[in-house]
Amino acid sequence: MTLALDTVWQVLAGVPDPELPGISITELAIVRDVQLNDDIVRVTVTPTYGGCPATDVIREDIHAALIAAGAREVEISITLTPAWSTDWLSDDTKAKLKRQGIAPPGTLAPGVKPITFRPRIRCPRCDSTRTEEISAFGATACKALHRCLACLEPFEYFKPI
Amino acid sequence: MNASITALNPAHAPYVLRIADGSLILAQRLSECCGHGPALEPDIALTNVALDLLGQARLLLSHAGALEGAGRDEDALAYWRDASQFRNPTLCELPNGDFAQTCLRTFFYVAWQAQLWTALSASKDAALAAIAEKSSKETRYHCEHLAGWVVRLGDGTANSTERLQRALNYLLPYTNELFVDDDTDLAAAAAGIGPLPSSLNDAWTAQVQAVLAEATLKLPATTPFRSSGRRGQHSEAMDYVLAEMQSVARAHPGAQW
Repeated sequence: MTLALDTVWQVLAGVPDPELPGISITELAIVRDVQLNDDIVRVTVTPTYGGCPATDVIREDIHAALIAAGAREVEISITLTPAWSTDWLSDDTKAKLKRQGIAPPGTLAPGVKPITFRPRIRCPRCDSTRTEEISAFGATACKALHRCLACLEPFEYFKPI
Repeated sequence: MNASITALNPAHAPYVLRIADGSLILAQRLSECCGHGPALEPDIALTNVALDLLGQARLLLSHAGALEGAGRDEDALAYWRDASQFRNPTLCELPNGDFAQTCLRTFFYVAWQAQLWTALSASKDAALAAIAEKSSKETRYHCEHLAGWVVRLGDGTANSTERLQRALNYLLPYTNELFVDDDTDLAAAAAGIGPLPSSLNDAWTAQVQAVLAEATLKLPATTPFRSSGRRGQHSEAMDYVLAEMQSVARAHPGAQW
């Protein structure tokens, strides 16, 4: 059996992010490079956050998926440059996040602001901007907790980074 | 990682190790807050900050170990050194105290890190520059979050203002150490590995004083006191931190998670 590069990318597009199950690791833009040589696959991945505990799970999932697809060997390396950014998420991916009730990241405000002025995040359910931040840090490193004051639903916000 | 694993000079590994130890020890201190925050959300936030600091520490410890070239990995460096071999600033090891002290200490250190990461992004050590670039994005959120709490508590009730003022009087002298240059720093700076601590002072002071002013706090008089954790001379608090952090690894050497 001979693997094609397209097939490898398709397989990776089917590997979900463990902390955002509706989003694949390619949609999250953490797969940075794929090299294929005689059924030996080299995948380069970048972490969203340096301490993200999902990184080990992602490695195992990539390995298992590619072996199942016929790879003879899978090597996974981690790169830190360029640093991952939510700017890499496509509009389709952002729409997908919204459909799952996670407010997609906006654009990154320039510079460090010491005082906590934050733009209001649009509610992914009812689209109201009458929302407030409950906590700058949520259930995973990449998300914050917000609450909609219009539909009263809490929601997660995928933080721009 | 595409690290060049050759040390540029003998100060290279010790210079990186100091930065790693600061992240590691503060991560350990903040981890103590897990389940003890004043409410659920600030509890989750502090442990998220701890997780990011731990991520930095892991990358930096691995890099320091590679530069050292003696076969020590991140675990060997974290779990098998004793207090006098750690090089974190004393500020990072002090007890958390109350929530005011926890927030202010963390704010002081992450604001310092913000300046450090910016300067390190120009490092001749490409791997170190990459870690700095990655970390600076996380630190930005830490600074905003902790600055927010400092302002909220400082400009809050009589009780919260008094507690934060007490924390400021206690902690500020420990920040002096963050800006003291020694031979390791001079050698690292000369080789283009990273900035002199003293070069971070002005930007840090401006950032911190703006937040303290917003928080309506009174700056205590400056003091010549210099703590000495970066030289391996720690406060008595350090052994307690390490006892908790290292006990499992030392009870089960080589155990796999």
